[in-house]
Amino acid sequence: MTIALVLILVVVGSIVFHLFSPWWWTPIASNWNYIDQTLIITFWITGVVFAAVILFMAYCIFRFRHKEGRKAAYEPENSRLEWWLTVVTGIGVAAMLAPGLYVWGQFITVPDEATEIEVLGQQWQWNFRLPGADGQLGTSDNRLIDSENPIGINPGNPLGQDDVVIEADDLHLPVGKPVKMLLRSADVLHDFYVPEFRAKMDMVPGMVTYFWFTPTRTGTFEILCAELCGTGHAFMRGFVIVDTQEDYDAWLQEQSTFAQLSTPTKLSAVDDTRP
Amino acid sequence: MVNMVDASPQVAENISAAEVPEVELYHPKSYWTKYIFSQDAKVIAIQYSGTAIAIGLVALVLSWLIRLQLGFPGTFDFITPEAYYQFITMHGMIMVVYLLTALFLGGFGNYLIPLMVGARDMVFPYANMLSFWIYLLAVLVLVVSFFAPGGPTGAGWTLYPPQAIMSGTPGGQQMGIILMLVSLILFIIGFTMGGLNYVVTVLQGRTRGMTLMRMPLTVWGIFTATVMALLAFPALIVAAVMMLFDRLLSTSFFMPALVEFGEQLEYGGGSPILFQHLFWFFGHPEVYIVALPAFGIVSDLISTHARKNIFGYRMMVWAIVGIGAMSFIVWAHHMYVSGMDPYFGFFFATTTLIIAVPTAIKVYNWVLTLWRGDIHLNVPMLFAIGFIVTFVNGGLTGLFLGNVVVDVPLSDTMFVVAHFHMVMGVAPIMVIMGAIYHWYPKVTGRMTIDWMGRFHFWVTFVGSYLIFFPMHYVGLVGVPRRYPELGDATFVTDSLHTLNAFISVAALIVGFAQLVFLFNLFWSLRHGKEAGGNPWRATTLEWQTSETPPIHGNFGKELPIVYRWSYDYSVPGAPEDFIAQNDPGPTKEEAAR
Repeated sequence: MTIALVLILVVVGSIVFHLFSPWWWTPIASNWNYIDQTLIITFWITGVVFAAVILFMAYCIFRFRHKEGRKAAYEPENSRLEWWLTVVTGIGVAAMLAPGLYVWGQFITVPDEATEIEVLGQQWQWNFRLPGADGQLGTSDNRLIDSENPIGINPGNPLGQDDVVIEADDLHLPVGKPVKMLLRSADVLHDFYVPEFRAKMDMVPGMVTYFWFTPTRTGTFEILCAELCGTGHAFMRGFVIVDTQEDYDAWLQEQSTFAQLSTPTKLSAVDDTRP
Repeated sequence: MVNMVDASPQVAENISAAEVPEVELYHPKSYWTKYIFSQDAKVIAIQYSGTAIAIGLVALVLSWLIRLQLGFPGTFDFITPEAYYQFITMHGMIMVVYLLTALFLGGFGNYLIPLMVGARDMVFPYANMLSFWIYLLAVLVLVVSFFAPGGPTGAGWTLYPPQAIMSGTPGGQQMGIILMLVSLILFIIGFTMGGLNYVVTVLQGRTRGMTLMRMPLTVWGIFTATVMALLAFPALIVAAVMMLFDRLLSTSFFMPALVEFGEQLEYGGGSPILFQHLFWFFGHPEVYIVALPAFGIVSDLISTHARKNIFGYRMMVWAIVGIGAMSFIVWAHHMYVSGMDPYFGFFFATTTLIIAVPTAIKVYNWVLTLWRGDIHLNVPMLFAIGFIVTFVNGGLTGLFLGNVVVDVPLSDTMFVVAHFHMVMGVAPIMVIMGAIYHWYPKVTGRMTIDWMGRFHFWVTFVGSYLIFFPMHYVGLVGVPRRYPELGDATFVTDSLHTLNAFISVAALIVGFAQLVFLFNLFWSLRHGKEAGGNPWRATTLEWQTSETPPIHGNFGKELPIVYRWSYDYSVPGAPEDFIAQNDPGPTKEEAAR
């Protein structure tokens, strides 16, 4: 008896908690509101199923609890009912999967006009690289990383000379322009995660991973690391500042390029050893 | 109503004659060979269970420390970030491998398989004994790592390289990770010896009349899980050996060119993602290695205590086998944001959501077993109901995380932590507890103390729900997992801290309720009511032994002969509300009268 009541309380309590709790996702700041919508669909379907199954069970426990003289029915199988339930479940699953796969298709299709921006994670800070005036990033390699060249840009590659290097400082992005984040790691796994952007992706040493998004509102957003990367994991923070185009241009003016950061003598020395 | 051949009471003619004469078991003479180096599956089962629960208590204490830190950050100076990562790593590894896997397969598998299929013992008793001792060695190596210089590894239970073997991670450049990998390798060797036993015993050791489709679902669940484990653990042992080489011999299986704190390391050319594929090729089946025995056991608890046959037995068997097979092609749903080829997402999201269908069928059939039953709310039944609630909840949040794009914002957040604790933490542990209350009378000959069992159930069930249901919302807000403290991100509000503190208090209370459970188990050994051979009036063979607790050899002079399926409860016209599997039932003449 008590258990039937508690089951009803579990269902009602869960729904009330969902509807009235103050804990909900951060206001979105990217184009991925499709992800939010798919999540809402999933909440609805799973919520209805949860309530239906648990309430039905509560009813069974209440209605068929042991009393003197009760005898259970003998019904080993009921193919019709079992197939019917299978089909309905299949439809419910398809109703979640179809929009999910559709949005995933968008998520992995990067628009051509997206600007490439590189993020380099290392224990435990964020570094960034923006393409310079040529609009292209130069090649890079973890083997080239040293104190003078924190991102490991290939000094022999002319495309890299005008790349803007931001070491352990905030990243600025212009609002409304799609960006493709190219993700690298110098040491261990990291994960570039800004809750307001919804998107995230691991950063893996030895390869370049990516995701894309369009910032949709200006503001300051905190970058967190979402893949365990050692004892400093929780403290590996940074900021993305989404600016209006004018503010962004002004900020960009103040940044240094790879060529400006490298002393000419150093450059030629590296050139000698690494043609 | 569909008639099942195996459900009909007059099938005595189907029993074939014994083909080979029985061989007398070797009966041990001394205390040492009887109770310590025992080859009796029942003793091995208790050794396995005792060890698993003992190391599980360590994991329980670790969970308190984790929650103390999360609920009251900055209060406990000894919980440094290093210590915190060591706590979560050891908690996860112990719970998944050394407690759940060992208890379900080594504990319940050893005790129940021979008894339930009507065998005198496992088919390879010596290998079975070795299995336990190697498991114990694995546990001891794990325990030693707590006292090694630098302490145990803090790489997270997934042990992802490169960080697992680097200096920024506790134990990465000390003994921690080495001992962890050695312990896992030992565990797998030990498990393989036991696992082969369980599989061969089910296939070859069944008594006459015990067809596969008459086996209790408990046996089906443990059998399928063991087959899966034998196929999945090799991936882990390979990964562990390769990582050990990377760490000790400076090979580069998983290690690309990298720079650690400004210093170029010697590694180059390896793939961290390769490790993740190997790990999850083991790790996802592992979820079902824990879940399938729970599915099987809970089916039997529900059927017995609702006095009704399990609904849709054949569908239940095929669902277990189907889930077991499919669980090998869903592993990369743990890796949607790992940087693997994004087109994998389409495939793995589809297989992952398809596996929800047989899983849902199992839930429907449990609930439909209650429908028109005669439900006795005994303690095992309460835990079975608690299992259904937490499993349905945790299974449904799996549909969020399995659906690739919905996983993107939730991946690596506390939502994931809440999900897997609900579905493979609380739910299987509910079954373990229900099963212990259910079979304790057979193992010891005495009932447990009822009120303590009920108290234990209510605190555990309500408390666990209060811990893990709100935790989903902590993740939805944006809190990443594996953070010893939240810092000052925008979503970190005062109310979020309050919620975290609430969860921690609930966790401490639930943890302490487990002490009541342990006390009950010890107290009832002396003070429990005498149980008799079959206190729940159940049909399966383990309740029909001539002695309780069953002696070495399980059954008396003659092995039981099985005449019917495992679920003949409340058969119309039968004198009682159950007919034991070895009850030939009325003869044709009696039935005709």
